[in-house]
Amino acid sequence: MLSLKQISKTFNPGTVNEKKALDQVNLELADGDFATIVGSNGAGKSTLFNAITGAFYVDEGQIILAGENITYRKEHIRSKEIGHLFQDPLKGTAPHMTIEENMALAYLRASTSSHAFFSRISSKEKQMFKEQLALLNMGLEDRMKQPVGLLSGGQRQALTLLMATMVTPKILLLDEHTAALDPATAQKVLDLTKRIVAERRITCLMVTHNMHQALELGNRTLMMDSGRIVLDISGEERSALTVEDLLQQFSLQAGKQLDNDRILLSK
Amino acid sequence: MSSIFTLSIVQSALELGCIYSLVALALFISFSILNIADLSTDGCFTLGCAVGAVVTIAGHPFLAFPAAMAAGVASGFITAFLQTRMGVPSILAGIIVNTGLYTVNIAVMGFSSNVNLFACDTIFSLAKDKVAADWYNSWYKIILVVAIVLLVSVILAWFLNTRLGLSIRATGDNEHMVRASSINPVFTITVGLCLSNSLTALSGAILAQYQKSCDINLGTGMVTIALASLIIGETIIGKGGMFKKVIGVILGSCLYRFIVAVALRMSVPAECLKLVSALIVAIAIAFPYLKGQASFLKTRKTLERAGRKDGGSVC
Repeated sequence: MLSLKQISKTFNPGTVNEKKALDQVNLELADGDFATIVGSNGAGKSTLFNAITGAFYVDEGQIILAGENITYRKEHIRSKEIGHLFQDPLKGTAPHMTIEENMALAYLRASTSSHAFFSRISSKEKQMFKEQLALLNMGLEDRMKQPVGLLSGGQRQALTLLMATMVTPKILLLDEHTAALDPATAQKVLDLTKRIVAERRITCLMVTHNMHQALELGNRTLMMDSGRIVLDISGEERSALTVEDLLQQFSLQAGKQLDNDRILLSK
Repeated sequence: MSSIFTLSIVQSALELGCIYSLVALALFISFSILNIADLSTDGCFTLGCAVGAVVTIAGHPFLAFPAAMAAGVASGFITAFLQTRMGVPSILAGIIVNTGLYTVNIAVMGFSSNVNLFACDTIFSLAKDKVAADWYNSWYKIILVVAIVLLVSVILAWFLNTRLGLSIRATGDNEHMVRASSINPVFTITVGLCLSNSLTALSGAILAQYQKSCDINLGTGMVTIALASLIIGETIIGKGGMFKKVIGVILGSCLYRFIVAVALRMSVPAECLKLVSALIVAIAIAFPYLKGQASFLKTRKTLERAGRKDGGSVC
């Protein structure tokens, strides 16, 4: 589904702040793969996502999504096929617009014809949005006309997830999307993620700092360090792995001791 | 007090308020919705006025409006082009276009600093005497401008709820969301600025026919006045749907004209009008903040008094 071929990105080249954020990254994701990504801050996880979504163009290499080369395709065109959730729940929705309007925007991806520009939200679509919201079990279906700014972070993140997957994306990128939520809400959003991804067989990449999640969720675990993928395990090898093993692997592969207490503490 | 609020003052405040409310609506699109301070408003208003005046003089009082709007769209497109394709910061783009428009405006008026329309037909002179009734002859101007403004508001409120309108609103509301969804911000900003500038220019063209003249300095300070109207409108309406907000902006514009008319009536010399405008704008913008502060002080005082009564110490 997604294949990254030798992609590299250097920020601020030729200055003292030069940083090689992605270093010859290769990755093949099969259709329906759900891979978790771990790695310390600055390892290049978010940069990897931004390279895929097109926030910047890579310096070298190719990005191929569903057989199409999208390396130099513009961000808003790519986003028709890519769902992207951020850590900050405020980033995924427009606060001064109603729930209904936000969903209508997300549903725009479904329409490719240009005459849709001047169409309004139909009552059939409203009904569909309502049914989808009801699946969240958060009572949002009765608050369609309320601005999204009034919702809590968890509700907004759940809504964002719904919006990102309303038109099934070819790939879903989850950038620590539960990290800013309280444990109970995080679990709820996570369960929702699992359900949606499984039901629609969406190919998915998820950044997490929780080692348990990294091994439990999905069918593959990647580890990044200094802009490279240093570990890529799946299948039996993965199911035999414990959190301790994973931490040990990290220091082995990266060739350095863990200095990130956020990883150590997140048991 | 009755001498301050004469019928003619109310009438002229309504007429001017409605005409200028189109500029306030333009800023509603660029400033409130797109979150862009479009400083080309002053020049664009004069552009609309000049184009409207010249086309009217050529004998086409109705064609004057679409012509002025087309000129506004062109001006808005250049502002948008500079900021979305050339990397010019949005405020600078407005200033650059505003500066350039001065020459364009003079050129439109045949390289003279003012033109007058006394000898030609305008929509107002055509509408006059259509109905032989006393009330009509004192109200026909208001009927005309209210009709135009209502038409524009209905279309605008409808447009802002279409998919394209929603995309434009999202562009100014959450940059991150727009980047992650399939909206092209370059396109939405361009459409938004073209639309807002066409309204500014339309307002200028109506004013040209209303006061039967056009002057190169007519637009000076227009952005401040429109901003004041917009903020007064948002303060009195508060939350609500798009149509309610649009109506609020129009009411704000009329209220602003009313305040200015009263100020003039209370023998403020005409030369001081710009200062009065600036004061009104400052007060209108500061008002919601001061209201919040006042209610906070009140709560605090009540709590402190209650605390003292309970014998607790206040630190």
